[in-house]
Amino acid sequence: MTRVVLLALLSHWRAHRLQLATLLIGIALATGLWSAVQAINAEARASYQRANDQLLLGRFDTLRNPSGTIPIEQYATLRRAGWQVAAVLEGSVRIGENRFRLLGVDMVAYPALPAVTQVEEGTAPPDPADMLTAPGRLLTTPAVADRLQNQPSLPPVLISDALPPGLILTDIGVAETLLDRQGQISHLVVLPQQPKGLPALPEITPDLDRIPAADQLDTAQLTDSFHLNLSAFGLLSFAVGLFIVHGTVGLAFAQRRAMIRTLRALGVSMRRLVWTILAELTLLALIGGVLGLLLGFFIAGALLPDVAATLRGLYGAPVSGQISLQPQWALAGLAMALGGTLLASGHALYRLAHLPLLSGAGVQAWRSAASGRRVIAMAGVAAIALGIGAQLAIGGLIAGFILVAGLLTGSALLLPFLLSILLRGFGARANGPVAQWVWSDMRAQLPGLSLALMALLLALAANIGVSTMVSSFRLTFTGWLDQRLASELYLTAADDAQGQEITQWLAPQVDMILPIRNTEIAHESGPLFLYGVLDHPTYRENWPLIATSDGAWDQVMQGRAVLINEQLARRQNLWPGDELALTSATTLPIAAVYSDYGNPTGQAIVAMPLLDMIAPGVETRQFGIRIPPERASALAQELRDRFDLPSGAVVQQAAIKAQSLAVFDKTFVVTSALNVLTLGVAGFAILTSLLTLWTQRLPQIAPVWALGLTRNRLAWLEVLRSILLAALTAVLALPLGLALAWALLAVINVEAFGWRLPMYLFPVDWAYLLALTILAAFVAGGLPALRLLRLPPADLLRVFANER
Amino acid sequence: MLLKIDDVRKSYPGGRPVLQGVTLNLDRGQTLALTGESGSGKSTLLNLVGALDGFDGGEITLDGTALSGLDDPGRAALRRESMALVFQQFNLIPSLTVAQNLAFHARLANRLDAEWVDHLATRLGLSELLARYPETLSGGQQQRVAIGRAMATRPKLLLADEPTGNLDETASATVLDLMLSLIAETKAALLLVTHSQDIAGRLDHHAHLSGGRVA
Repeated sequence: MTRVVLLALLSHWRAHRLQLATLLIGIALATGLWSAVQAINAEARASYQRANDQLLLGRFDTLRNPSGTIPIEQYATLRRAGWQVAAVLEGSVRIGENRFRLLGVDMVAYPALPAVTQVEEGTAPPDPADMLTAPGRLLTTPAVADRLQNQPSLPPVLISDALPPGLILTDIGVAETLLDRQGQISHLVVLPQQPKGLPALPEITPDLDRIPAADQLDTAQLTDSFHLNLSAFGLLSFAVGLFIVHGTVGLAFAQRRAMIRTLRALGVSMRRLVWTILAELTLLALIGGVLGLLLGFFIAGALLPDVAATLRGLYGAPVSGQISLQPQWALAGLAMALGGTLLASGHALYRLAHLPLLSGAGVQAWRSAASGRRVIAMAGVAAIALGIGAQLAIGGLIAGFILVAGLLTGSALLLPFLLSILLRGFGARANGPVAQWVWSDMRAQLPGLSLALMALLLALAANIGVSTMVSSFRLTFTGWLDQRLASELYLTAADDAQGQEITQWLAPQVDMILPIRNTEIAHESGPLFLYGVLDHPTYRENWPLIATSDGAWDQVMQGRAVLINEQLARRQNLWPGDELALTSATTLPIAAVYSDYGNPTGQAIVAMPLLDMIAPGVETRQFGIRIPPERASALAQELRDRFDLPSGAVVQQAAIKAQSLAVFDKTFVVTSALNVLTLGVAGFAILTSLLTLWTQRLPQIAPVWALGLTRNRLAWLEVLRSILLAALTAVLALPLGLALAWALLAVINVEAFGWRLPMYLFPVDWAYLLALTILAAFVAGGLPALRLLRLPPADLLRVFANER
Repeated sequence: MLLKIDDVRKSYPGGRPVLQGVTLNLDRGQTLALTGESGSGKSTLLNLVGALDGFDGGEITLDGTALSGLDDPGRAALRRESMALVFQQFNLIPSLTVAQNLAFHARLANRLDAEWVDHLATRLGLSELLARYPETLSGGQQQRVAIGRAMATRPKLLLADEPTGNLDETASATVLDLMLSLIAETKAALLLVTHSQDIAGRLDHHAHLSGGRVA
């Protein structure tokens, strides 16, 4: 019997193929975008995990010196006392045109690194002594090894695929040489096997802090907010896709009421019907889910390289740019498709299960939905209040996301109520009978279209919010580049000697030569780059300070204070007046905080003599050159020719700005792509709603046609209705989008990335988005209108002949 | 002659003939009942006269205008300005109030006479219902609104397709009485499709369709 019932139910889809296609596309889009984001997140997290596993270091406790690096004497003391610790020196090294992360580990103390073991177990194992004695060996991935070719000054390179991308692993002795940091140790790793009866650590090294493995800020934690951001977008797309499913299933159930009444009259129990429908929905969800997984796999594959670039740029996180199909990802996607479909169908199924045997067919009348609309609107107000309340009461990143979720959900729930008020207002002011009918008919259409319009509202608000954030960021970033890149030319010499030679030649013919010198010092917050600057108006007049104290530059130039970047300030809650320990011997008050967008690490600026005191012998290879702008191009060429410099060694300010902006734009490619995809899904939701509502439209249209309006005019009115509804939704989406932008800029950005940005408004972008919305609505309304235009009069006449 | 139906033929898609040369005439102020068995072509003929559908042969002339020569806008203008229709299903516009429905056709034809609409509302017993929406009305009330909407244009010709088909006996009688009295008041012509011999008997003329022809 169940088979017969199932076949009868499935026959509906044979007669409504477009509806079936809509349903499957809805499930596929919801699953696809969600799965794509999950696949990207899973791949990135797998990369972090691989990196941790490959180095093993993140699993052990570490010893760090809150005042800077660890002297080698302390390391020796600990080893002599019996403590099994391994010294690690980390830094970034420039080799040729590229910069790599270099990790030096004391391989005598800790030889069991997976990459080393893999090389030793390979077909041509190196002599273990080679690793430890000069010139040593560099272990790296095949990709990095390719870029290290033709570098005769480097030790021989061994290839291992058991290393994170972009990393060079070597013995600490080799690292000291390559980083030019003799006798320095970034931190010590406390190995798991320790002899018994050791003296307590605080007794031997009281100035070192022991940081448990669980408390270490690893890449996965650093990037959590970024992945949460992506997940939020994925969830939004999923919700928008489910709107399509909800609308289509609801209509299909309404259309099948007569069939279900007949089946019940023929003796099929409601319990059997419900289970059969659940089986049918499961089948459809799985088909749509598989399509969605395929879609998601391709979207993820297309987006992952940009995500990897973003993560490397923002956090220095090692992520490979290739996606791999993982069974748990596919199963999770199918589970989401099934769960989402059942969730979206739950209401319709509940109503069906409680359908009295003799109840009439037909769709819910619009005014009977008015009271429901008010209840939903009140739920919307409550959701908004919850979001604002969470932000005020709790604060932080999670509260920021609750605020955004509350604003979006609440506004979506409020939308039908607000649209109804607007339409009633316009209807009351309409003069002609057609205008009056159009407005009132739009109100009548609201229940059927409200889900699609909610989806559109969410997509538009997300678009406005995110693009306002990105554009504000871009504008600020551009201004910041103008301030930070004040020199007309930037020069990188091959070494100190060449640097000196070039500056001697340059000095008489330029306004000023500003050396760019820095050293990496260990700080309790992580790596900290310390820069030295000369006292020159270039800095005093241009440097972008966001918080300052009186006479900040004077204090810094006199060696009595330090400037720090915003990331360090927000991470450590350090502001002007607070103190920063640069070394165990040097602690300075903070004079000002400067913005430093796109930099994942902490940074500090001191006067040049102080840098030389803290880190004697810091190389002087990079310079900013101040000259009249019109001379920059000719001087750059002359420098290249005279000193045989590669083209990249002398760069004009404009080129660096262009390159920086290109990196910036690449960072937000993923966001823009998800933005467009979500908007596309929302546009599709409107189209499918209009198409699925098509059969219900004829009884509204046919009488007006019979009273003397041509099909041509009615078709245009259909398009106009679609455009007006979408445009009104877009207008309502604007304040919501701006609220979202504020939340992103003032709450989430600060928590996630460590910098706050001013918010700018971009009315031209809104006009463009409105035009895009109108175009989408035109296309969505155009298809049903075309059908109306081509509809034979006989089909319209059936409205008068048959009970529908 | 207001309406001339001359040898009109019509086939369904697939070629099955439904009207095989129907000829009828109707002058101003006259009422004609069209009866016949189901599938005899009564409603089809009414739709052809109402310029709602095209015919395959013959000619229909309304007040001197040949329908075969009209394009879609011309047919729409004719429906808007020269005639009015009342259907079995009432076919009111659900999103408009009773008052808005009553005035709708007249406003479309750009000849709204507010006093006349008020008069109609009173005559049809709708004065208390003007602010309500169609779905809150009974079938008889809805059909009275449909008749009011049709008569508000003071049409030359009223076409009615089983106007009492969905109503009980009492409501049927009320609706028919009102319609006939308004027809008499406005001197309009009435072409009414019905199954009921009683209703047909109350009209001036009676034509019976059988096998696609007037019997």
